[in-house]
Amino acid sequence: MNWNDRLAAEDDPEVMQALGNFKASVDAWCESAGAARSHPRSAPNAARPVWRLAAGWALGCAVAATSVAGALYERQHKQELARIAAAQAAAQKAAQVNPVSGQSSKSEADQDLLANVDSDISRAVPAAMEPLAQMMDSGQADNNGTK
Amino acid sequence: MNVRLVNLRRRGTSTKSMAAGTAVQPMTAGTAEGIAAQDFSSVVESHRPQIFRFLLASLRDVDLAETLTQECFLKAHRNWSRFRGDSSPMTWLMRIAINLQKDHWRNRRLQFWRSTRSNAVDLDEASDWLPSGERTAEQQMLAREQVTQVWKVVDHLSERQRTVFLLRYVEERELSEIAQATGLSEGTVKAHLSRALGKVRAELRGKQ
Repeated sequence: MNWNDRLAAEDDPEVMQALGNFKASVDAWCESAGAARSHPRSAPNAARPVWRLAAGWALGCAVAATSVAGALYERQHKQELARIAAAQAAAQKAAQVNPVSGQSSKSEADQDLLANVDSDISRAVPAAMEPLAQMMDSGQADNNGTK
Repeated sequence: MNVRLVNLRRRGTSTKSMAAGTAVQPMTAGTAEGIAAQDFSSVVESHRPQIFRFLLASLRDVDLAETLTQECFLKAHRNWSRFRGDSSPMTWLMRIAINLQKDHWRNRRLQFWRSTRSNAVDLDEASDWLPSGERTAEQQMLAREQVTQVWKVVDHLSERQRTVFLLRYVEERELSEIAQATGLSEGTVKAHLSRALGKVRAELRGKQ
């Protein structure tokens, strides 16, 4: 330090001793921190336990096997879907090729249904009206006899 | 390091060759950059320990001091071409370190509400570091106590006072250098130092 720069309090030997100890302490700490920093950082990696390495390999293998199995399943599933889609497309194509036969079968079904309805109606109406008709017939006959 | 000579070299001329009147070979940009890089690496090598020590004493956190030291030299490297040599490289680097430290404290104040954890060691732990010289156990104990007392005072100083105090009594810088590094006048630096020393003296007297 420059003597011109000296402050009044710097003449106190006790203060200066305390400041000297303080500086020495900071220097020692700094050196210690510097020494700790200069240690090779690869040392902890070398002492890595074997089980950790084995676990890492096992995990890696499991991940690889899962991904391969997943890919195979996905491929098979896609093939199945493609087969179903092809069958549906073929059926639709076949339906488009023969539209007439489809229409004729539909009209036949309609005619059968109408025939059933007609037969039901023609059979039911006379059966229901028959007793009434008989009563009317017998009533007319009685009237004619009394007259 | 002769800063003026470095600056001339950067401009691509040599004073010696010009004086002798010999043919001046123009320096390519690549060569100039190479020399500048070489200069910078020597600056890093010679000043890194001081910057680290100052930041360690200011922050009491080894990891943070290391990080800020690296940031300081990174910043210095980026601005190395703009360094004009008005002050010594050490003063220039110290100024960068002080600014980084200020930024850190400002950010930490903002982070206070987020309850960030500090890695700074406490005062007793910081006082554990003492050189193992030829001292008796009693002297060691006395020295440790004095160091703890000084740390306690440093802890209660304002940011500016602490910076000035550490630059003076840890880095042993002249008042003019401290004034340049902190951007204060020499009178203000003196006032800060005498106040800080008064506190140290009061702390030492109070314990007796």
